[in-house]
Amino acid sequence: MNSNIRRAIGAAVVGALGVATLAACGGSGSDASDSKTVTLVSHDSFNASKPVLDDFTKKTGYKVRVVKSGDAGAAVNQAILSKSHPQGDVFFGVDNTLLSRALDNGLFTPYEAKGLDRVPRDLQLDAAKHRATPVDTGDICVNYDRAYFKDHKLAPPRSFDDLVKPEYKNLLVTENVATSSPGLAFQLGTVAKYGADGWQKYWQRLKDNGVEVVDGWEQAYNQRFSGSAAGKKAKGDKPLVVSYASSPPAEVLDAKPQPQEGPTGVATGTCFRQIEFAGLLSGAKNTEGGKALLDFLVSKEFQEDMPLQMFVKPANQDAKLPEVFTKYGAKIPDPETLAPEQIAKNREQWVKSWSSLLLK
Amino acid sequence: MALLRLDGVSVRFGARTALDAVDLEVAEHETVCVLGPSGSGKSTLLRVVAGLQRADAGRVTLEGRDQSGVPTHRRGVGLMFQDHQLFPQRDVAGNVAFGLRMRGAGRAERARTVDEVLDLVGLPGAQRRAVGALSGGEQQRVALARALAPRPRLLMLDEPFGQLDRGLRERLVVELRTLFSTLGTTVLAVTHDQGEAFALADRVVVMRDGRIAQSGTPLEVWQRPATEFVARFLGFDNVVAADVLGEAADTVWGKVPVPPGAPQGTQRLLVRPAGVRLTDVRDGLPCTVEARTFRGDHVALMLRPGDGPRLEAACALRDAPEAGARVGVAFDADEVVVLSAP
Amino acid sequence: MVVAPPEVEPPGHAPDGPGARRAADRRAAARGIASRLALMAVPFAFFAVFFAYPVAAIVARGLKDGGRWQFGRMGEVLGDPHIGHVLWFTTWQAAASTALTLALALPGAYVFARFDFPGKQVLRAVVTVPFVLPTVVAGSAFLALLGRGGLLDELWGVRLDTTVWAILLAHVFFNYAVVVRTVGGLWAQLDPRQEEAARVLGAGRFAAWRRVTLPALAPAVAAAALMVFLFTFTSFGVIQILGGPRYATLEVEIYQQTAQLLNLPTAAVLSIVQLLAVCVLLAVHAWTVRRRESTLRLVDAARTAHRPRGAGQWALLAGVLTCVTLLILLPLAVLVQRSFDGPDGYGPVFYRALQSAADNGGTFVVAPLEAIGNSLSYGLAATAIAVVIGGLAAAALTLRGGAKGGAKGGARGAGRLVRGFDALLMLPLGTSAVTVGFGFLITLDKPPLDLRDSWILVPLAQALVGVPFVVRTMLPVLRAVDVRLREAAAVLGASPLRAWREVDLPLVGRALAVAAGFAFAVSLGEFGATVFIARPESPTLPVAVARLLGRPGELNYGQAMALSTMLMLVCAVALLALERVRTDRSGEF
Repeated sequence: MNSNIRRAIGAAVVGALGVATLAACGGSGSDASDSKTVTLVSHDSFNASKPVLDDFTKKTGYKVRVVKSGDAGAAVNQAILSKSHPQGDVFFGVDNTLLSRALDNGLFTPYEAKGLDRVPRDLQLDAAKHRATPVDTGDICVNYDRAYFKDHKLAPPRSFDDLVKPEYKNLLVTENVATSSPGLAFQLGTVAKYGADGWQKYWQRLKDNGVEVVDGWEQAYNQRFSGSAAGKKAKGDKPLVVSYASSPPAEVLDAKPQPQEGPTGVATGTCFRQIEFAGLLSGAKNTEGGKALLDFLVSKEFQEDMPLQMFVKPANQDAKLPEVFTKYGAKIPDPETLAPEQIAKNREQWVKSWSSLLLK
Repeated sequence: MALLRLDGVSVRFGARTALDAVDLEVAEHETVCVLGPSGSGKSTLLRVVAGLQRADAGRVTLEGRDQSGVPTHRRGVGLMFQDHQLFPQRDVAGNVAFGLRMRGAGRAERARTVDEVLDLVGLPGAQRRAVGALSGGEQQRVALARALAPRPRLLMLDEPFGQLDRGLRERLVVELRTLFSTLGTTVLAVTHDQGEAFALADRVVVMRDGRIAQSGTPLEVWQRPATEFVARFLGFDNVVAADVLGEAADTVWGKVPVPPGAPQGTQRLLVRPAGVRLTDVRDGLPCTVEARTFRGDHVALMLRPGDGPRLEAACALRDAPEAGARVGVAFDADEVVVLSAP
Repeated sequence: MVVAPPEVEPPGHAPDGPGARRAADRRAAARGIASRLALMAVPFAFFAVFFAYPVAAIVARGLKDGGRWQFGRMGEVLGDPHIGHVLWFTTWQAAASTALTLALALPGAYVFARFDFPGKQVLRAVVTVPFVLPTVVAGSAFLALLGRGGLLDELWGVRLDTTVWAILLAHVFFNYAVVVRTVGGLWAQLDPRQEEAARVLGAGRFAAWRRVTLPALAPAVAAAALMVFLFTFTSFGVIQILGGPRYATLEVEIYQQTAQLLNLPTAAVLSIVQLLAVCVLLAVHAWTVRRRESTLRLVDAARTAHRPRGAGQWALLAGVLTCVTLLILLPLAVLVQRSFDGPDGYGPVFYRALQSAADNGGTFVVAPLEAIGNSLSYGLAATAIAVVIGGLAAAALTLRGGAKGGAKGGARGAGRLVRGFDALLMLPLGTSAVTVGFGFLITLDKPPLDLRDSWILVPLAQALVGVPFVVRTMLPVLRAVDVRLREAAAVLGASPLRAWREVDLPLVGRALAVAAGFAFAVSLGEFGATVFIARPESPTLPVAVARLLGRPGELNYGQAMALSTMLMLVCAVALLALERVRTDRSGEF
């Protein structure tokens, strides 16, 4: 081999090594093994304000490193796949629809977080083993466009039963159960309400009443819904949309001055409760730090920061909701729920039946 | 010792044989011109020597060293391509200095050599010009300068004057001849133009179908074409079948004298135009003048004898008969060559 | 192009040479193959580690149960009528999209290659912008045009959303630039005099084009078509946004099975099906273009362009500009308009909000504006990797089998090796992002390659998609470089590698710039793999946009539009700079 080729190969190898070295420097090697750093693995929606995280560091000495990937479903599945070499110490963001999958796969190590006593019992779905710690709740409900119903002198719907009434024909847009987490939650709500045998009949009536199905929440809320700011611009014409109970406060969050009443409201009888959990990852490198972080996640300080970061409600009953939530949000007295095991067992079948009912 | 030596070199492309057991030697400081029609394998010959084409058999030796397995860039030969192949993205200096850079020459040395070589080829000061903007003749000179600059032990030229007009070509040939003898360069050139070959070369090698048909000094080849092929390639068409006996031959043109010592028996005979002498129509072979072509210092006459192939004759301007005239023809033994078969 | 490099070196090898000489020859041949292998080594290692291994691991995870391969799953999954429907839809929409894209974009390629008109450079950069926009953003912009209350609806009452037409047109929107750049880049450098020569010989205008230009362009057209087909075959976001839930491609199905249902066996089967489909595609492609690009006469692009002449050319230019305006400029304009359409009328409200993390309700730990910086650095890293890997690969693919030709068997072996290698480089384009992302997760998790949450993983994943672009763009031009120029360099003392560097590289500078531009653009807009790769807090622009879009509230939506507009701008500026770099380069290198 002549010297030029040898030199070129040499250069290429050096280049490749350089990349690897860079990777090592910027990578987990240095940071993650540091006992003063605790790594939180989560989905893309996770957020916390910087002062709150800094305060945690000041109090415990642990620096928080956040690793995010994909939506909630993808993040949980990634955590399960990588459980033999977990990417961090704590996972946040598994909800009750996926909880069984996480627990059955042994994703978490039991730990009873300090302050768990301030979290209502009915949220503690793994109270016996304390593998999963409830952190927040969110309700998936039908939102309505106030202006539309005012203009049409029509009372907005309030319950699942209302939605199939003729006066609400062709008004509702919802999301594909197979691809959208709110879509799935809404369907689970109907299962909880009408039972494993009755929900299909209900959806048939919804279909006959002209429900529109789109693939994701973004399209439903930002494109098709007539009540949201984005939907208005996109000339959306559906005054009913499956969204979150926290969407109405979010709509007015940035409005200056804030209106007396938000442009959208919530049909309180159409809600399904999602509970998000965190847990200490099996095989966590920094177990102590992970425990401290779990304590912190249910603490009043974090819980009060959370609503405006992630548009969810605190699980800790001591935590006060920001005014914008109390003023523009609705109280959901009696949301639908389903046992995680039941969801885990039937989910695939339900999604299949739903798809063949609605999409064929 | 020969600088370049080819022993039984053969190259085949599928069923076609481009070079067929070629033996060739080029001595140091010698300029050898390979002459042949297109397709005779002469370009392949250069490519084998340069290492651009692998020989299927035989051996190439440079300065006594076998070159098989030596890659092109280590052979230290220069090759000027038929269509120059100047690097379009470099200027004149960039092209000329390329070989020097490959040899790791320093910047100053490169600049000096480029100046020198450009002077030599008659393009002083052209360093910064873009090669795309050069005329054909200038490109030729740049290509030559580029090949010369690294002082190759053997310089090879492929149809060096192919695309140039006549005047420029004749001038360049003379310039190159002078240049090569001044520099003492060893040159192996190929061309299809006998004029160029004879003007440039110390020795001419005529090729046909991948074989060497004849090799010798320009004068030798010119005067004694070895075969009918060579004769015809050199432009001699007065070739006729003959029965040689002693110093005369029987042909359809009648008795033709042959030089002493000529091979006897059935042969092919060449009479160079200069050996076709016009006489009174009653004294020689009677012919009709079919055409006359003005050739500068003489007139070429095309003569139709009563029998046999036409004859070309060269005669002085003032003696030239008109077309249609009847003339007689006699032959000079000095200008008659008995060709060897085939 | 999966074109076998011509092994035209002496086909017969006389068995009569002396042993020593033959050995020397064999050494020379071996050296040729060795240098090719050496060039291939780095790209090969790259693909083995960052593509083949992760994908194989995730597929094996799905198909292996208790250490045994469960191939029975294949029939089970493929027998499902739903999957059959998905396969059929995936294929025909890709074919239709490709045909439509070629039909609309080839005239565009011609116009950009051969006509001079004011604003050409800007326009050329602009048509490339869609290519790098995240599908979420582009999809919603497109919806504003075709959907309810969109322009078509208002003008003629035509709505195309949730129809296949919306999908096809959006695919044209995204892939227009692929054709214009791949084909137009070469077209601009074809010597128009060749066509003129044909005209002089009595060929009509069209006949001259068909007999002279088309054959020269064919490899580039095939390359572009292949890229477009691959992109549309694996389309994800467009289908979801514009097609509605009734239309699903294989890619969508794999995503659902993997990311949502964690049904790895089914996902594995589908991944294999997709890989096989891509392989078949590559094979068909190789079969159609199994002849070398003829050595083309390439000239400076600036010399071939002229102002349109005659009514026909003006009409062509007008037609192309109308098409570009309707299909590309209008959706982009809607995006820009929405980014300024604040709560109190038009103004830069959303742009101001982007600057601080605090102002936007804490959606980000860092200000969204920093996402631009992140995207740029990821993009540059990815481009560097893609250009090095792709450049080495393209060089290896064009290097002839040894300067003096290999021994017969060696050459044939090398040819097969090259074809296989070429195909390997293309595979990532046809592989689902979620498969690669999840594959990374379960393979690159142990030292020395624990890269899962390292920043380098993002550019690596992006480079996987960028490399095929680099190779595809460079191969036709590299192969078109006159081999005798390389020989001239060799005679002057340049080794094969040096000759490549000194002769090919400067000549393919433009192709390299185009390739780098593509790689950069792809990584700027890359969303699929990036979103599945866990990483410490440093969102890229598309990820930031998706996050903003994923939240209710006018400010978030407006910021998403503002950020998209900036992404568009960043990309347009980058592409424009690239064009400048090219034209500033004179004959000197």
